[in-house]
Amino acid sequence: MNVFENKKGKIILLKMVKTIQENKVYLGDLDGLIGDGDHGMNMNKGFSLFEKRYCKNDFSFTDGLKNLGMLLMNEIGGSMGPIYGTVFIGMAEAGENLETISLEDFSKILEAGYNGLMEIVEARAGDKTLVDTLFPTLKSLKTDVVLGVDFVVALDKMKAAAKQGSESTKDMVARYGRSSRLGERSRGVLDTGSVSCYLILAAMADGIKEILKEL
Amino acid sequence: MVQRILNDPDNIVDEMISGFLKTHKDIVEATENNRVIKAKNIPKDKVGIITGGGSGHKPAFIGYVGKNMCDAVAVGEVFSSPTAMAFLDAAKAVDQKKGVACLYGNYSGDNMNVKMAIKMAIKQGITIKSVIANDDVASAPKNQREKRRGVAGEILMWKIGGAKAAQGGNLDEVIAAAQKAIDSTRSVGIGLSPCTLPAAGHPNFEIKPGMMEMGIGHHGEPGMEICSLKTAKEIAEKMINIVIPDYPFKEQDEVVVLVSGLGATPVMELYVLYNEIEKLIKTKNIIIYKAYVGNYFTSLEMKGATLTIMKLDQELKKLIDMPAYTMGLKQK
Repeated sequence: MNVFENKKGKIILLKMVKTIQENKVYLGDLDGLIGDGDHGMNMNKGFSLFEKRYCKNDFSFTDGLKNLGMLLMNEIGGSMGPIYGTVFIGMAEAGENLETISLEDFSKILEAGYNGLMEIVEARAGDKTLVDTLFPTLKSLKTDVVLGVDFVVALDKMKAAAKQGSESTKDMVARYGRSSRLGERSRGVLDTGSVSCYLILAAMADGIKEILKEL
Repeated sequence: MVQRILNDPDNIVDEMISGFLKTHKDIVEATENNRVIKAKNIPKDKVGIITGGGSGHKPAFIGYVGKNMCDAVAVGEVFSSPTAMAFLDAAKAVDQKKGVACLYGNYSGDNMNVKMAIKMAIKQGITIKSVIANDDVASAPKNQREKRRGVAGEILMWKIGGAKAAQGGNLDEVIAAAQKAIDSTRSVGIGLSPCTLPAAGHPNFEIKPGMMEMGIGHHGEPGMEICSLKTAKEIAEKMINIVIPDYPFKEQDEVVVLVSGLGATPVMELYVLYNEIEKLIKTKNIIIYKAYVGNYFTSLEMKGATLTIMKLDQELKKLIDMPAYTMGLKQK
């Protein structure tokens, strides 16, 4: 199958929650290198609160994204609350009327999230932020839509693009966010936001793949 | 293992707020949003003064809520910006149709959340204008002042902005005074030991014994230089040599000097440091009009101190002298 049912999307959100929980310490330690160390904990707090509050019941992919986004935005704060909140809410709103989601739909959904983010942050690709993960991921998806690539294959390519994007931040000098004050000293360390963004996108891809396989 | 007094580290902020409200019930009260604290008995018809920031900096930020300073504060997780909703609710709690001044520090999370709160406030008919503190000299070069972080200079910005509002200044006047205050203020910090986020349980950066970090940030952001620990006299010299030329403060300038501990340095040592700072400032023929020494803006249990200097003019002098009654700053 080359589409998945939106209403089966809970598994995707559960995978996103799990990856953040499993990487809480890693993200915190990474953030401590050039940031203030709060990234892992705040992400974990937000995602775990979402799990506790919503995961007893079933929900669709887009409803899950919306509730997670609202929770991060309204209850977690920090930098990541508004950033991921905006991305997830933007994605949810773009896809909430869809019963089934194709590769093209998913690409448009992610693009809506990306566009929402571009309205609130000044960072662009190359600034050593999560944009460096999100941008190439989206580009990979969009290319595969045009090429007519199989959904599962496109998801694997998207994961690889996200990982490569995140790793590309290592050699960059931060120009945005808290670590931008470090200048050259930020070189050599991965940007934490780009790593959490990779983890989330990879979990999203894995979750969708699992639904696609079931069919 | 870090020796801490806590129950669940994830609840530390809520439990701290609860304890604070019980202790200082003559000054502050709770609001419908449990992450927004407001001053009691806010005078009628004045511009609202709000701020907000991450927790772990006590007395900042909630310790500066009260008479003639901040009217409400949005409280974030440890070292993490409050939500946009909390900033909005803080504004709503103090809005008297005269507008609200949001005076906060330059951090990306705070910037984003305040920006979103201002947008939401417009829809609800509330005008919020902001001043972003950027007094930390070590955090970016002078030609990139807009990138500098806000540190202890924020207290002087709240003092001035709050006093201007208490005098009956309109929103633009309050914003102008607060902006002037922060534009006239420069700070630098030194770190002697790291701090530990309660939920992390281990320090996220290192300062080796016998070393110190010049220009360290309020969350342990790396500074300009790591060097061997110096005497109080030498530390004072280093700090003065960073702060004074940046503004620059000149002969016959009248200034406020604020020396704050970062949490774990005994107040006794802060006075030792101030003693040296005062001597150095005097040799430069700069006049100390007023000085504050103590734990005014901390970073959990970091050892170290910040030095903040603000140049005064006639207006700022009057405003700095106005009485204030908050947990962190009481002045007759």
